[in-house]
Amino acid sequence: MNADAFFALADHLNAELHGAEILFSNLSNESSDFVRLNRNRVRQAGHVGATALDLTLIEGVRQVEGGCDLSGDPTEDRSRARRLLARLRERLAHVPDDPYLSYSTEASESDHCGDARLPVAAEAIGELIASADEMDLVGIWASGEIAEGLASSIGHRHWHASTSFNLDWSCYLEADKAVKSAYSGFDWDPAILRGKLETMREGLHIMSRPARILEPERYRAYLAPSAVGELMGMLAWGGFDLKSHRTHQTPLLKMARGERSFDPRVGIHEEHDRGLAPRFTPEGFPTPPRVALVEGGRFAGCLVDARSGKEYGEPVNAASDAPGSLGLDAGTLDVSEVLGQLDTGLWIGNLWYCNWSDPNDCRVTGMTRFGTYWVEAGEIVAPVKVMRFDDSLYHLLGDRLEELTRERELLLSAETYDGRSTDSALLPGVLVSGIDLTL
Amino acid sequence: MDHLFDVADLFLSTAPACDYWTLRLVAEEHDHLEVRQGVVEPSRLTSIAGAMVTLVKDGGIGYGATSDLSAAGLRAAAERAAGWAQVHARLGLFEAGIYPRSSTRADYRTPIEEPWSTLPIGEKLDILQTANDALAIDERIVDWSAWLARRRVAQLLITSDGGRVSQVLDYVHPGLVAVANEGSQTQRRHGGGSDGSQQGGLERIVAVRLLEDAPRVAEEALALLDAPECPQDTRDLVLLPSQMVLQIHESIGHPLELDRILGDERNYAGTSFVTPGMFGRYRYGSELLNVTFDPTVPMELVSGVADDEGAPAAREYLIRRGILERPLGGSLSQARAGLPGTANTRASSWDRPPIDRMGNINLEPGEGSLADLIAQVERGVLMDTNRSWSIDDSRNKFQFGCELGRLIEDGELKGLVRNPGYRGISASFWRSLDGVGGPESLEIRGVCNCGKGEPNQSVYVGHATPPCLFRDVAVFGGGE
Repeated sequence: MNADAFFALADHLNAELHGAEILFSNLSNESSDFVRLNRNRVRQAGHVGATALDLTLIEGVRQVEGGCDLSGDPTEDRSRARRLLARLRERLAHVPDDPYLSYSTEASESDHCGDARLPVAAEAIGELIASADEMDLVGIWASGEIAEGLASSIGHRHWHASTSFNLDWSCYLEADKAVKSAYSGFDWDPAILRGKLETMREGLHIMSRPARILEPERYRAYLAPSAVGELMGMLAWGGFDLKSHRTHQTPLLKMARGERSFDPRVGIHEEHDRGLAPRFTPEGFPTPPRVALVEGGRFAGCLVDARSGKEYGEPVNAASDAPGSLGLDAGTLDVSEVLGQLDTGLWIGNLWYCNWSDPNDCRVTGMTRFGTYWVEAGEIVAPVKVMRFDDSLYHLLGDRLEELTRERELLLSAETYDGRSTDSALLPGVLVSGIDLTL
Repeated sequence: MDHLFDVADLFLSTAPACDYWTLRLVAEEHDHLEVRQGVVEPSRLTSIAGAMVTLVKDGGIGYGATSDLSAAGLRAAAERAAGWAQVHARLGLFEAGIYPRSSTRADYRTPIEEPWSTLPIGEKLDILQTANDALAIDERIVDWSAWLARRRVAQLLITSDGGRVSQVLDYVHPGLVAVANEGSQTQRRHGGGSDGSQQGGLERIVAVRLLEDAPRVAEEALALLDAPECPQDTRDLVLLPSQMVLQIHESIGHPLELDRILGDERNYAGTSFVTPGMFGRYRYGSELLNVTFDPTVPMELVSGVADDEGAPAAREYLIRRGILERPLGGSLSQARAGLPGTANTRASSWDRPPIDRMGNINLEPGEGSLADLIAQVERGVLMDTNRSWSIDDSRNKFQFGCELGRLIEDGELKGLVRNPGYRGISASFWRSLDGVGGPESLEIRGVCNCGKGEPNQSVYVGHATPPCLFRDVAVFGGGE
């Protein structure tokens, strides 16, 4: 569904409103090719065309929400949307006033359509399989257009569309010996893909050495940006949203209370102006370019969505309570000097399956995975058998933080649970004097 | 469901020419009601409807999924599927001829005592308000809520071989949470059915004691604030069903998924420490360990008559007397691996293709009560309700945390401990199983957010289990 069709549908619904009713319509549209690969062959391939409409019906200080899938046929979609509107109106009569109802009362407009140069998906898959000849490649290709729209009876008209590809894959040597890579964006260049595969071949060469089995204890370590991304993903889970802070559930509770802090070089921001996500909230609020979350290692501010903003009296600065365009400030360590600075310890390419082991102390557990090596005297000497860590971010980003890299990597999310994600993160690598391995 | 039959008729009238096709139609209704801190949250009604056409054509397999259920929409989806079948024919992992064909004809509908519609929304909200009020017992309760969620999934699978499977699954999920805080310590307790999901109607509200459970939930959250940390050492461990669910799910269910063993999931959800050669001889656990795949248990989350490729549902032993017998693999994985499996190929909705998933994975009961298990422990800890889960990509090294712990000394329960956690290795942990509760202690529960697959899919998974006793486990508490 394109912007014109969506706005026409919204106009049709707005014309159906009774009395003082207000309607917010939000659209999610996706046309995606998905190709799943295993052993450098196609395991499962297909196309998904999905369009979903969300409605919020408001009357006075009461509201109800609803959603339905749309077909793309204007007549059918008007019928589906009207049925949903009728059900919401029926329910609205039976819900009480909502003290936290919050929406933008000022009409606004925006229109963003990103440019892209994508190949036909089948041709890209053919190139990938040919380039990865004799490698045990496994992963997912996702490509196509995703769009989000907002229209309201107040006069909001917003559209945000982008066409992109996201190839997320790994190459295996045996059992758990594997290296991982990703290539995503808006301009497909087979030369970049071939370069990444060549780097993976070099990684697999190191992986072919006998694996080092480590004992549970504290190790000096470098965490590559993908590994740092997993730790930032944990902080995104309750770390920055206003409600978690005001109800004392945030894993940064001790930081918010001034009892603990990160290293003064740690700055964490929600970078709306850099992200791939829309710059408007479902309730019609524009988002600011940046939100400071941690500055100088100390708590700086929260992400505030419309509902929490009303409940706690703060201005809205985000569409949801989790960051979608997170950035961790760069440091001064040149990536080329990482191995020398690490000297002896762990080079951790990825972490996996992280979870809070004690949120009160910002303590996270998780596993090493993909491309994790033992380093001696600044040289990679062996891959490492997977190990579990369990440590506090107050240590890893605090008293045991040695350096952050000067270079940062932009990581685009490959998640597709509720459609293709527009989340991204811009992250440096992190050198720490110690990380606790437990199993 | 009638609407889905109409759509199926539309498709049948212009069915594509190919070796084999399936049409999988899904229509879902969701309703979520919640009261938080005495305020009714915005209620949410959602309708989902769409179709997936899968074609086997010219030596390849492809799928096309669409929310356009018109004849033109279905035709377009079939054309997309045919296009991808051409790619698969050229670059596919396996021969299209092994794709499973189904002629199963069966129907299933969740038996419901009290349909969702029998209670007006105002009365549902009144119940939630009452439960909510009962949670607010102290100023240190800093957040609290009660909810009621309803989901109905109507599915229709038809195939070019004459298969026709209709299933209507109904769920009502009540739940409670109370959050207590004092200084830098925050503790959370769930209850009222929040971790005990089953199929059913509004009768689930009474079954999970939503109203009666609220005071316990709030009192335990408060008590945890003052409880000592769980000790860090090695001791015996009694896990209640609320935690056994996760232990079974992560360290038996996932490792036995045949698509993981075949390598499909290595880039995302992971692989498995289980290899094809282990089936029929590997000692997975002690003699007390008996685990079944069982879609026939009444009202469990994944009870039904067939999987999403039309394989008829049947109970199978996965592990018997501790010996590994068979993997969790649907018909396609069975053909690829040359191993017997189970009818467990499922998709999260119309927009995702079916893959190997856990259905109902149940730990069969042993003998005795929970008290009998505790009586066997000289020095141990009991843990209740999962709050943290993490396991390596081969599903071997795990670490779990629970909301609440209780010390056990000389066969008796003692005081609370907070932030209880334990860690171990799947390949040896189950061999330390030394007690399994009897049928009277068995609880039917499940997981409603099992994530897997590329593209990603989140599904419901059923687990029934009694409490269990494990010997000499590494346990620990909170703190930096």
